[in-house]
Amino acid sequence: MRYLLLIYTEEQLEASPDLMAAEFEAYARFTNEVRDRGIYEAGEALRPTSTATTVRVRDGQTLTTDGPFAETKEALGGFYMVDATDLDDAIQLAAKIPGAKHGSIESRPILEDGAGEGSASEAVGAAG
Amino acid sequence: MPPPTDPHVAVDRLFREESGRVVATLIRVLGDFDLAEEAVQEAFVTALETWPSRGVPHKPGAWIMTTARNRAIDRLRRRKRLAEKAELLGREAAIEAELAAVDPDSSIDAGTDVSPIADDRLRLIFTCCHPALAIEARVALTLRTLGGLSTPEIARAFLVPEVTLAQRLVRAKRKIRDAGIPYRVPPDHDLPERLDGVLRVLYLVFNEGYGASSGDRLIRRELCTEAIRLGRVLVDLMPDEPEALGLLALMLLHDARREARTGHEGELVLLEDQDRGRWNRPRIDEGRELLERALRMRRVGPMQLQAAIAALHDDAETPAATDWQEIAGLYAALRRIEPTPIVELNRAVAVAMASGPEAGLLLVDALVAAGELETYPYLHAARADLLRRLGRSSEAAAAYERALELTANEAERTFLDGRLAEVAQG
Repeated sequence: MRYLLLIYTEEQLEASPDLMAAEFEAYARFTNEVRDRGIYEAGEALRPTSTATTVRVRDGQTLTTDGPFAETKEALGGFYMVDATDLDDAIQLAAKIPGAKHGSIESRPILEDGAGEGSASEAVGAAG
Repeated sequence: MPPPTDPHVAVDRLFREESGRVVATLIRVLGDFDLAEEAVQEAFVTALETWPSRGVPHKPGAWIMTTARNRAIDRLRRRKRLAEKAELLGREAAIEAELAAVDPDSSIDAGTDVSPIADDRLRLIFTCCHPALAIEARVALTLRTLGGLSTPEIARAFLVPEVTLAQRLVRAKRKIRDAGIPYRVPPDHDLPERLDGVLRVLYLVFNEGYGASSGDRLIRRELCTEAIRLGRVLVDLMPDEPEALGLLALMLLHDARREARTGHEGELVLLEDQDRGRWNRPRIDEGRELLERALRMRRVGPMQLQAAIAALHDDAETPAATDWQEIAGLYAALRRIEPTPIVELNRAVAVAMASGPEAGLLLVDALVAAGELETYPYLHAARADLLRRLGRSSEAAAAYERALELTANEAERTFLDGRLAEVAQG
C-alpha cells in the first residue's frame, strides 16, 4: 500500500548551523534507506508557510489568501511517499523520519485506482 | 463442557464463547470484518431456528464454524455473480478454496494448543486493539467482535447513544481496511508494546464494569465477566507473558470483593468496612496462584504490581491487619514504571495508613501544589479523609464539598454526604 508521510514541524526553529547540517544529513540517510529498500515513490521538502497561498473558488470567484490553510504551530514542511506493506510498516518508517523527533508525521494511505467495494478488502486480506 | 440440552441456553452460551473464534478465522480468510460477522450471525440465527426441533448437535462449536463458513461461501458466490473484474473472480475463488480447507473441528478445544485457529484469535485481539484506532473504538470493537456483546449492550455499558456506538464500530472497521492495519500478531520487536496496549483495553473494560461511575448494574457486571473471560483467553494463548497473567490475577483479585462492595441499598461500602466473609475465596486463591506463576517469570510489570497490591488487601483478615508498609512500597515500585499522579495518589493513601495521616497529606498536597488531578474526585475525597482524621474539620468539609461537585455516582455521593455531615457537626 502506498502511504503519504506528511512531515509537520515548527518553522521558527532557531537552530545552529551544526544542528541544521546534522538534520540535513539525517534526512539524506533516511531517503537513502527507503530508496535502498525500493519503496521510495517521492519525497520533497517545502519552502516555509510564509510563501504559501491558499486558493478557494466560491460562486465562480477565485479567492486567494496569503498563508497556509490553517495557521498552526507545526506546519507541513515536507513529505515522503512510500510503498509500505501495511500501516505498521508505514508507522515504523514514519518514526524514522528525523522530523518525528521534534515535530509529528501524519501517515495517509493513498486512495488507489479502483479501490471500491471488494478490492479494498485486499488490503486486510493480503496482510493476513 | 457438555452442551446444555435447552437449545436457547445452548445458543446463548455458545455465542459468547465461540463467536469470537469463528469470526477470527473468517476474517483472516475473507479479509473482511463485516462479511465475517454477517456469516457468523446468520449461522447463529440458523442454530436458533433448527436446534429446538432437531436437537443440539454433538459438537456445537464445529457446527457453527461449518454453517458460518457455508454462509460466507454463499455470500461470496452471490457477490461473484455481480462482480465484473476477472481479478476479483480469481481472488474469490482462492478464498473459497481456503474457506473449504478450514477444519471446523479445530475450532473447539483449541484453547491451549497453538492451532491456526488460536492464532486467528490472537490476530483479532491485536487488530482490535491496534494503537492506530481511538481507544473507545478499540474497546467497542473488542467487545463486539471478540466478546460477542451486542451494539445496544455496549452502548448501554458506556452510556453512549446506540447510533454513536454503531458509527464508532463502522468507522473503526473502515479504518482497519482503508489504512491497511495488518491482521496479524505483531513481530517480536513490537510485541511488548502492543501486548501492553491489549492489556490496557481489557483492563479498561474491567474497570468500566467494576468502577463506580453511573450506569446499568447488570450490564456493568457483564463487562467484568467479559474482561475476565478475554483475560483467560489471552493467558491461554500467551502463557509465557507474565503481564497477561498479572492482568488476569488483578481482575480476579478485585472481582472477588464485588459482592461486599455494595450494601443492601446499593450504597458503596469502603474496603475497610466490607464484610470480608463475603469475599469470594476461590477467586482470590485462583488470582494468587496466577500472580505467583507470573512473578516466577521474573519480569515484573505494572499489572503484576497492581495484582500484588490487590492480593495484600485480600490477604488481610481485618483492615488493621493490612500490610500498608508493603503496599506503599509496591506503589513506589509502580510509580517508577508508571509515573502518573493517580499512582502517586494511591501511594499517598498507603503511606498515610502506614505512617500516619500527616505523611500522606504531605504527598497529597504536593500533588495539589503541582496542579495535578484538580478535577479528579478521588483526590479531594482522599484529602478530605486525611484532614478529617487530623481533626481539621473545616478544611475537610471544603474538600468533601469539592469531591461532591465532581461525583455523579449516587452510591458515592451518599457516602460523601454522610462524611460531610459528620465533619460539619464536629
